[in-house]
Parts: sequence; C-alpha cells; structure tokens
Amino acid sequence: MGSTTGTPSSTPAPKTNRIGLQVIDYRGGKTTLCAGCGHNAISERIIDAMYEMGVKPERVAKFSGIGCSSKSPAYFMNRSHSFNSVHGRMPSVATGAMLANKNLLALGVTGDGDTVSIGAGQFVHLMRRNLPIIYVIEDNGCYGLTKGQFSATADLGSTLKSGVVNDLPPVDTCAMAIQLGATFVGRSFSGDKKQLHTMLKAAIAHNGTVMLDVVSPCVTFNDHEGSTKSYKYMQAHEEPLHEVSFVPSFEEINVEYDAGTTFEVTMHDGSSLRLRKLEEEYDPTDKIHAVRRLMESHTKGEVLTGVFYINEKAPSFIDMLNVTDKPLATLPESAVRPSREALAKCMEELM
Amino acid sequence: MATTDIVPQESSGQLGRRRVVNDMSIQVATVNGSGSQSSNTVLLRSIFQMGVPISGKNLFPSNIAGLPTWYTIRANKDGYIGRKKEIDLLIAMNAETAQDDVKTLAPGASVLYDEPLALNKVRDDLIYYAVPYDKLVTTVCSEAKLRKLIKNMIYVGVAAQLLEIDFAEVEKAIRKQFATKAKAAALNLAAAKAGHDYAAANLQKRDPFYIERMDKTKGMIIVDGNSAAAMGCMFAGCTVVTWYPITPSSSLVETMIDYMKEYRIGPDGKATFAIVQAEDELAAIGMVIGAAWAGARSMTATAGPGISLMAEFAGLAYYVEVPAVIWDIQRVGPSTGLPTRTSQGDVLSTAFLSHGDSKHIMLFPDSVSECFTMAQDAFDLAERFQTPVFVMSDLDLGMNNWMSDPFPYPEKPIDRGKVLTKEDLERLGGFARYKDVDGDGVGYRTLPGTDHPAAAYFARGSGHNEKAQYSERPDDFERNMERINKKFETSRSFVPRPELAGSGKAKVGIIAYGTTHWAIIEARDQLANEHKLETDYLRIRAYPFTREVHDFIEQHERLYVVEQNRDGQMASLLKLDVKAELTPKLRSICHIHGLPIDARSITDDLMMMEGK
Repeated sequence: MGSTTGTPSSTPAPKTNRIGLQVIDYRGGKTTLCAGCGHNAISERIIDAMYEMGVKPERVAKFSGIGCSSKSPAYFMNRSHSFNSVHGRMPSVATGAMLANKNLLALGVTGDGDTVSIGAGQFVHLMRRNLPIIYVIEDNGCYGLTKGQFSATADLGSTLKSGVVNDLPPVDTCAMAIQLGATFVGRSFSGDKKQLHTMLKAAIAHNGTVMLDVVSPCVTFNDHEGSTKSYKYMQAHEEPLHEVSFVPSFEEINVEYDAGTTFEVTMHDGSSLRLRKLEEEYDPTDKIHAVRRLMESHTKGEVLTGVFYINEKAPSFIDMLNVTDKPLATLPESAVRPSREALAKCMEELM
Repeated sequence: MATTDIVPQESSGQLGRRRVVNDMSIQVATVNGSGSQSSNTVLLRSIFQMGVPISGKNLFPSNIAGLPTWYTIRANKDGYIGRKKEIDLLIAMNAETAQDDVKTLAPGASVLYDEPLALNKVRDDLIYYAVPYDKLVTTVCSEAKLRKLIKNMIYVGVAAQLLEIDFAEVEKAIRKQFATKAKAAALNLAAAKAGHDYAAANLQKRDPFYIERMDKTKGMIIVDGNSAAAMGCMFAGCTVVTWYPITPSSSLVETMIDYMKEYRIGPDGKATFAIVQAEDELAAIGMVIGAAWAGARSMTATAGPGISLMAEFAGLAYYVEVPAVIWDIQRVGPSTGLPTRTSQGDVLSTAFLSHGDSKHIMLFPDSVSECFTMAQDAFDLAERFQTPVFVMSDLDLGMNNWMSDPFPYPEKPIDRGKVLTKEDLERLGGFARYKDVDGDGVGYRTLPGTDHPAAAYFARGSGHNEKAQYSERPDDFERNMERINKKFETSRSFVPRPELAGSGKAKVGIIAYGTTHWAIIEARDQLANEHKLETDYLRIRAYPFTREVHDFIEQHERLYVVEQNRDGQMASLLKLDVKAELTPKLRSICHIHGLPIDARSITDDLMMMEGK
C-alpha cells in the first residue's frame, strides 16, 4: 500500500503522535488486494485513526476470518499481533483472546460472508456479549476470493456481472447489531474518508462492541451497472444521517456547538462524539428509533450512513466477568494454583 | 430399555445356603427425577464406610424426569469395581420396568419390591422381600408432597438391615448427604429408620449376601471423574474455560465453576479465571484457541458430537501451533444416539481430527485420580508442544462414583512452554516464530500485548515461513510440515508412560486403556484362576505411543487389545504405529453395548479366541 492519503483534519499531521510514534510505525505489508479495492482504503483509515489516537501498536490485537477482507490485517499495523482464523469464526477467537488479556485493544476486520452467512451465529453472540472490540465489516455484497458469488448483504434485485439477479432480501447488519446488544453501531463507506476516519477514532474510545458496516466496493466482481455496492451507486445513494465529529479525551475541547443542532455523546474515556443533526428528531441513544430509521432507508432506496446507535453506559462483557486487573494470561503460578490446604479441604469433603 | 446385557431367564433352580460376604451387585430401579440419587448415594456411602470397596454406576435415560433409571452399586472385597453383569439384589421401585427387571435376574437373586407390585408372582426362583412403602412413608412424613422424595430412603434402611450394614453408618451418610439441610436430614433419617425397623420386624433373611466391616476404604474419597477433572484443571492453573453444554461433559465445567468460585478468587475479590458458556462447540473451541494464543491456560469439555464440530479449529490450532486442552467425555453416537451411555468411540476420529495431515496428543485417564493428575499433564504438554491435547475420558468415568485415594498435591511446577517476554526480545533483538531453535521442533512464541516492537507475528494456517510470513513456496510448506511432525515425535518421550502389570514372561499380552482397566484387572484374575492362563498387561495412557508400547507388542506372542467400541480403534492406531510384521499379533476384543465393559465378557471372549 504505502501511499499516504493525508489526514482529513485541516491542520497538517504532526510527524509523531502523542506517544512519539510516526505513521510508518502503524503501517503493514504491501497489499495483495486488487488496485482500487475498497478494503485498502479502510486499511488506510485504520492506520490514520490508530496513529492519531496514539494507540500503542503492541496493545492492538487484530483478528480476521477468511476472505479478501480477512487478509487485510496483514496490510496495516505490523507491530500488532494478528490472528487470521477460520471462516466466520473470528468472533470466538477474539473473545478468547480478550478473556486472556483484557488490556488488549481488539480490532476485528471481516467481511459480509464471514459475518452474515457462515459466521452469523458467532456474530449474533459477539454482539449480545458486548465484548470490547471494534468489529469492521468490509462489506462488498459478494464473495471476492471465490470469484464473485452473492453474499447475504446483496440487495434484492441487484445483479452479478454475469447478469444473475439476486432474489433474496439483504440482511441489515446494523439493525441486527442494534437489536442484539452492540453498543456502538454505524455504517460508512470506504470512499467517505472523513466520516470513516472520524467514526474509527470514536470507535477506539468506546468500551464495548463497536459494529461498523463499511460498504467497500469490490472493483473486480461487484462494481458494475446493476450492483448496489459499486462506487457509482454509493456516490449516488449514500445518505449521511448526520455529520460526525470527534474530540479525543487528550485534546482540549475548544469548538463551541449548538445543542439544538448537535447531539453530543460523552464517551467512556471522556472523549466527545458530536453528531451534527441533519434530521432534527434523530436520537442515537434510542434503539427503536434507530432500527425504524434503518428500515425506512431500505424502502427509500438510500444507503444511510453515520452512527446509528450508541450506548456509553452498558457494561462490557469483560466488566461483567469481574476478572483480575492483571491479564489472566500471565498470572503467576502462585495466583492460579490453590494451596495445599485448599486441596486438603476438597478431599475432606469427599471422604 | 434393557438395563443389562443378560437375556431374560427361564425360571427354575434351587436356593443355596451360602454366605456371601462383601461381594455383590445391588441394582436400584427408579424413575428419573424422583430423588433417588440421594438415597443411592447414601446406600453407596454406607457400604463404603463399612470399609468395603465399592463403585456406583448410574444408568439413566436421555430425559429430565419420568423415564426409568437404574443405579448399580458393586461392593467387592477384592477391589473389583468394574461392572459385573449379574445383579444379586434388585431394589424395584419402578412399576413400569419392574417385571422386565425381575426377568433379567439370575436364579437365586433377591428382589426388594414395593408390595403392590406383587413381583413374587413373576418367577419362583428368586428371593422376594415385599415392603409397603406407601404405608411406611405416611408414618414418617405428614407432608404429602415430600413423601415422594423420601420414599426412596426407606429402601436404604431395609437394605441396610438385610445386608447387616451398621445403621450408624447409614445415619452418618444421611447427615453428610444433607449436611446443609437439617430438616431434610431428619426426615430422611426417619424414613431410613422406618425401613430398617420394618425389615427387622417383618422380613426373614433368606438371601446369602452380607456386608461385614473391613478396612479397605480408610482415608479414601468418593468422587466422579468429571469433578476430579475439574479439580485437576483448577490446580493445574487453568485460567480460561469456554464450553457448550453436552452430556456427559457438562458436569465437568459446572463443578469447576463451583470450585473456582471457592478457591480462585484473588485477595482483591476478583476472579483469576473466566468461564464462558459459548453459543456452540465451534465457538467454545474458538475461544479456547483465542485465549491460548493470547497466553491463557485454556480448555473446553465436550463429547463426541462436540469433537466433530471442533474439527476445523483443531486443525487450525495444530498448524498455528496454539495450545488447547479438550476434555472428551466419550459417549455413544451422534445426535440422539445413546447420549447417556458410555463408549470409547472417539479414539480414531480424535487422533487425526481435522483435514490435511493432523495428529493430536491424547491422554487416557483410567481413574478419577488420573482425571486429576492428567489435567496438569494436558496443560503442560499443550503449552510445551504448542498444540491441542485431548483428554479422553468417558461417561462411565466422568459421571459415575468411584473411590480413590485422596489426590496428591501437584508438586511439579506449571510448565508454560517456550514464551518470549519483552526482556527476552530486548536481549535477542527479534525472533522467528516457527524456527526450530532447539532441535525439538518447537518454536518460540510471543503473546499479544508484549511491549516490544519485534514481538508481533501473524498467526495463520499452514501457509507461512519460519518468520510467520505468508508463503506458498513448496520448500517453506514442506519444512514446516516436517517440523510440526518432529514436535509430535518429540512428544513421545514426554507423554505419560504406560502402566505395566504381570511378570513380563507371559505369552499373552493384554492392551487396554481408560475405564476398560477395571474390567481387565478382574478378567486377568479370572483367566489365571479359572483357566490357568497367565497374562501380561499394558495400559496405554497416551498417544503418541511410547517405546514401552512397541516393546510390549514385540515381546508377546499374542496380544488382545480390549476396548469399548466396534472397530477396534486403538488396535487400528497401534497397527499404524508398530512395525508391519507385528500387526498380525494384534487381536481385538470390542464391546459396544453402551454399558461399561465387564470382566466376564472379556474372559469369555479371550478364551474363545485362544481356541479353548
């Protein structure tokens, strides 16, 4: 990959971030995905967001399943551990890793095939556990690596390159995630640099499951006339719900906003997520409202983007487990092997 | 539903005047969910407290309540605690199965039955004791809804009187059973006493069976294999357990939850463990692997159907080289097979679980004691060799009551295997994840979160080079495959060695594993005493096979591999491993009826195959 896309903020990016690292410290290997693949743009946004948030790469653990999207963790953040697991089963691997070491920052990068078909079960349970993870679907509506079959997010009536028409309705991953218990749910577009970048930064500040469905066109198999996941279609139909801006906890808040036109969410770590309303009545803390609005967007034929739902109060799965502050993974023997007296007591009870 | 593998008897025969002491099988036939478990445990414990070796086996249907269930207690002065085919005393509490239960008894057996069942009309070659349970229970308990629950305790009192079990031991066992429920203890004690008094006043002893005090159980414990495994895992330093409920493995994790809550909460009130019920076995093993990759000593417990579902992940763990401990409490069959019956049927499928070339380390505990000790073996081997390790228990071991010496405190330090820390990396400058540095095939790994710029590596399937970089080069792939195989070969000298018995000079060798062991001990004595056939015995405790296994096969003329499956799965594994010219020596004795294997069947089969 290698090309710098620049940061979307108006001020030029500093050479190092708040922990003294350069953007290059967040880079990965050279991409092997097709030129122009939406996934590459998402990798760039992840690099920028992690860099700007000053996340230590060694704290990040990347997880993926199988597919083009799941290859992409090799193309960003080489200094982070990564686990390319089996098809659709990335959520369980990520869950296990977070049980072992709750101090990790889990980033799952996956696809629509992984999420909505083979891994639908694991997706459901990841969402309802509210595990601390940023779960990014690189959603192209098709199976790229097996040459372009429809996935379950393909829209009704959209066509394959060969002309085959999709006659089943799509799964709305965002509506599903909201219903299931994810606490930060949004949709973006790989071509919408500013929005995606901002949403990723806010995602890093969130404690709980972040589910981001990012429409990411497949330039080889799903970018033609008749596709609803093409660049052209997205440029014509993307409908932002609001303008998303984010002030991280370590930056001073010096921009005034009008409470009447902007919805502000103070996040877990003190950061501020600001959603400048384009629709007066939209409340992103209201699940029912969010799902209704998503359903409406389908009938209107628009691809709604933005942060649909956020809940900063729900405890994460790790909070609920009440595990020790130190990672379970590296507890010493003295902490994990009960005493002789304990065994004697166990034996006594069985005599 | 057949409770035994004995065909129904035609009536005839004479009653003997023998006196049989501390050698009997008692079967209690009740209805699932009727509270009979408490009374069965009390009867078992009472005999155990008399110093007589015992085992208790529960034969239950796949049902919550209402279907027949049988509990068999074997008491044996010589310590034979495997299943015995013949029932000496039947306690018939279930009207639905009573007739059939009586028909399968051998002539001369005794039947203790509920008076209205009139079982004495079924056959005339049995000894009958009728007890009016409903009348007795009303004298003990005024609350009608409690009567059903304590009715079962009456037969404990009756049996104790008939067998001459000291009633003080019954009382002690009841107080232990209801230690935290004083009212229940009092009621149950009254019920047992009522049964005891009734028997003393009304029943004339006509059977030859007696329990006499001896000293073979002093200081011993009674526990089921799943609880023993739970304790073993806790003391082995397990930190993450992820599971999906499946009979007969669920009680392993459920017991572990109880133990961990009691003994593994730190001084800060926080848990040094995480136990998560997953959405299915696919997720359970995925979580185990994720947790182990991130450094936790993690495990799951399942049964055959779960093992099948875990196949893909098991292969990934094998190739990514992630430790995992998987307890397989083997049972019969897929789906609604015989999910509540025992089996050793997962041996072959587990050995090679997954696609491509995969071979897995397996451990075979024969006893509750080994369920405890092999827990640490499993975690240590998994982390030492960075690979999944399967502990192959079974329903008979996992869910039934076994006596044992108390478990020894683990003296061996926990082995976390080859893990590089931040400090190691500072010293080394970097590392190659899949490089065979030490010549044992095992590379060094780092854990996510290690605070060093060179700590990270990319975990993926088999297509990688030594530095964990993606590679489809034939030489990289081949080298990696050979190195992983080398790990397996290295593990041969680290896995638990087999247990040998016999002079070593016999012509006939017996090979068995797991719970089959208990029937083998008894069968070898039968072969020696009744047929003058001396045998040597090797009990396999692990796969891959150690050198001793090969030597044993080499040193004997004829070998009988005894196991509880149809296809002689362990015999097949052995045939793959030993020199080709030795394979004709191996013969299979297989049992597949879903009941724990018994000594008599082995003795008979072996003698038939010996041509005698």
